[in-house]
Amino acid sequence: MPEVADSETATKVIDIDALTFSYGTRKVVDLDQFQLTPGESIAVIGSSGCGKTTFLHLLAGLLKPATGSIRILGHDITKMSGAQLDRFRGEHMGMVFQRLFLMPALSVRQNIELAQRLARKPRDEARIDALLEQLGIAEFSHHKPRMLSQGQAQRVAIARALVHSPALVLADEPTSALDDEHAGQALTLLKESTAAVGAALLVVTHDGRVRGQLDHEFNMSPLS
Amino acid sequence: MTWLRLALANLSLSPLTTAVNVLLMGLGTASIVLLLLAGVQLAETMSRDAKGIDLVVGAQGSPVQLVLSAVYHADVPPGNIKLNEAQRWADDSRVATAIPMSLGDSFRGFRIVGTTEAYVDLYDAQLGTGRIWSEPMEAVLGSAVAEAAAMGVGSTFAGAHGLVEGGHSHDAEPYRVVGVLAPTGTVIDRLVVTSLESVWELHDEEGAHDHDEDHAEEDHHEEDGSHEAEGHHDEDDHHHEEDHHEGEARHDEDGHHDEDGHHEEDHHHEEDHHHEEGHHEEEDHHDHEEDHHEHHADEDHGEGDDEHGHESDADHDAHVHDEDVEITALLLSYRSPLAATTLPLDINAAGALQAAAPAMEISRILQLVGVGMTALGAFAWVLVATAALSIFAALYGSLRARRGELAMLRCLGASRLELLLYLIVEGFLMSLLGVTLGFLAGHGMMELVGNWLASSRGVVMTGWLWAPTETLLLLGLFLVGVLSAIVPAIQAYRTDVARTLAEG
Repeated sequence: MPEVADSETATKVIDIDALTFSYGTRKVVDLDQFQLTPGESIAVIGSSGCGKTTFLHLLAGLLKPATGSIRILGHDITKMSGAQLDRFRGEHMGMVFQRLFLMPALSVRQNIELAQRLARKPRDEARIDALLEQLGIAEFSHHKPRMLSQGQAQRVAIARALVHSPALVLADEPTSALDDEHAGQALTLLKESTAAVGAALLVVTHDGRVRGQLDHEFNMSPLS
Repeated sequence: MTWLRLALANLSLSPLTTAVNVLLMGLGTASIVLLLLAGVQLAETMSRDAKGIDLVVGAQGSPVQLVLSAVYHADVPPGNIKLNEAQRWADDSRVATAIPMSLGDSFRGFRIVGTTEAYVDLYDAQLGTGRIWSEPMEAVLGSAVAEAAAMGVGSTFAGAHGLVEGGHSHDAEPYRVVGVLAPTGTVIDRLVVTSLESVWELHDEEGAHDHDEDHAEEDHHEEDGSHEAEGHHDEDDHHHEEDHHEGEARHDEDGHHDEDGHHEEDHHHEEDHHHEEGHHEEEDHHDHEEDHHEHHADEDHGEGDDEHGHESDADHDAHVHDEDVEITALLLSYRSPLAATTLPLDINAAGALQAAAPAMEISRILQLVGVGMTALGAFAWVLVATAALSIFAALYGSLRARRGELAMLRCLGASRLELLLYLIVEGFLMSLLGVTLGFLAGHGMMELVGNWLASSRGVVMTGWLWAPTETLLLLGLFLVGVLSAIVPAIQAYRTDVARTLAEG
């Protein structure tokens, strides 16, 4: 099980210390310090190949760093086993990707329910209804993903990331495939929704439209 | 539960692929189940019908044919045998019970068996209604016969010449039903049982009236391969009549009238038999009939009183009939298992008769049938293997398209093991649906085949049966389903989430 978080670090959603990651001999991520507190949002901006997606995967525990620690809610996820990480990720994180990966066999509501179940949270229909209402997709709740527009599907993905009230929402290029109008809507939706549940939001993107939209920005450059 | 629902939902996404896989698995399973049930029941039915019969003694020919005709009533007998020759073996010290049997007629396709009450006892058959025959031309119906013919005690019917439907009807001498047996699940359910004398008497009549017709019929049956079954009656008719004549002749030679006072006619009979062999004049025949009735009335009385064993039945038959009386077969049981090593050899060595052990012949028949069933079984397993491969192909083929979904599931909190389980559940569900469909179809088909066999062949088989090996089969097929999904499941287990997500 994750180590018990002390009171000081527990106030930080993300607390990174001396983090490095390499693909073979090529160092991709090298971060001395990085922190994010509850309710904050940050855009990690950089060109393609600068390592921002790798950084997001490190935060999600999908990759193991070469050195350093990543504390999420005070728990060093670099020391967790695979199964512990899976469980921790499900319970405390929500994720949104450029490709939404909604389950095509399930309805909108079932997709959201699935996230709630995998987070080991008790079934909460009211929470799902509230999210569907808040995101303006209540009328499509029984539709299959293929029947939705890109914008509607994006809202479903956001609802899925938020349904279990995670402490951290990670979004990878959430606006890249959207036009300006939908990109703005998606970003606003993400920001407002995460703020509403008191979650921290980290968006990695190369989309310049994101600049100035979130609380903080962190520029990543490719390491030589 | 989550994974079950998700797997079910996924199957509904590609209904055609799912349906094909389920149908393939269903077809294979149904074929295996059908063969299994048929095989088990065939062996059981054959063993049940032959229970208590260690040896069948009959005319020389094919031993399988002898057993099929005398025990299962599923073939024509190889011929007739002389009762006195059979009696020699019935009286053998190695024999515990001996049941004579005379075949020749049928009623609506159900065979009429002239025998003794011991034959009814052999199958532990209880009377549902009525009583056992006590007079010639009284008959007891097996339960299936009574049901099919909608007849009961008091009904009358005419037997048809021959063992298959369509033979000449003995309208002049109808049987009267005096009893109906309760169902036993054995061959006796589909038989009409009567005294030996009924059969003899009827063919005595037939010999007198219809000799020419018999020959015509014989020719007809020769064409359809049932020559022996039909042909032997004519001989039987002749012998039978001769027997009675001789019996009566002895009586007359003592200078007494027979009880019916047909002294002169009896002499005519003797002459008829010496010179015409069965071409009797009608008046001769009437005398025979009367004498015969009286003769057998006594015999039947004794038979009806005898409830103490088969040996006495055989003895009884032997002392009543004369040396040329014929029967179709003699069903023997051994006094001790040791008899099995010597008695059949002795009978066969004696030359005139043939002895066939049902157990050995059953095994031979099942071996022959088994070759076909093994081939069909192999084909059924090929279908199952095809289904398994098809499930494998469907799952494996879908993996590439679903890699993103699987990675997303991991991001939502699913473990590697849960993904493994998810894919296995999906493969297993297709197998489960197919196997369930197959078992239902297999049992359903068995029931249909059983109904058809019961009505057309009188063979008792049912789909309402769970053979012990079916449990193993079920587990085996489920294992096949799991195995078909194992490779795709391992692939899912190994999904590199970060790479998959990075590739988009």
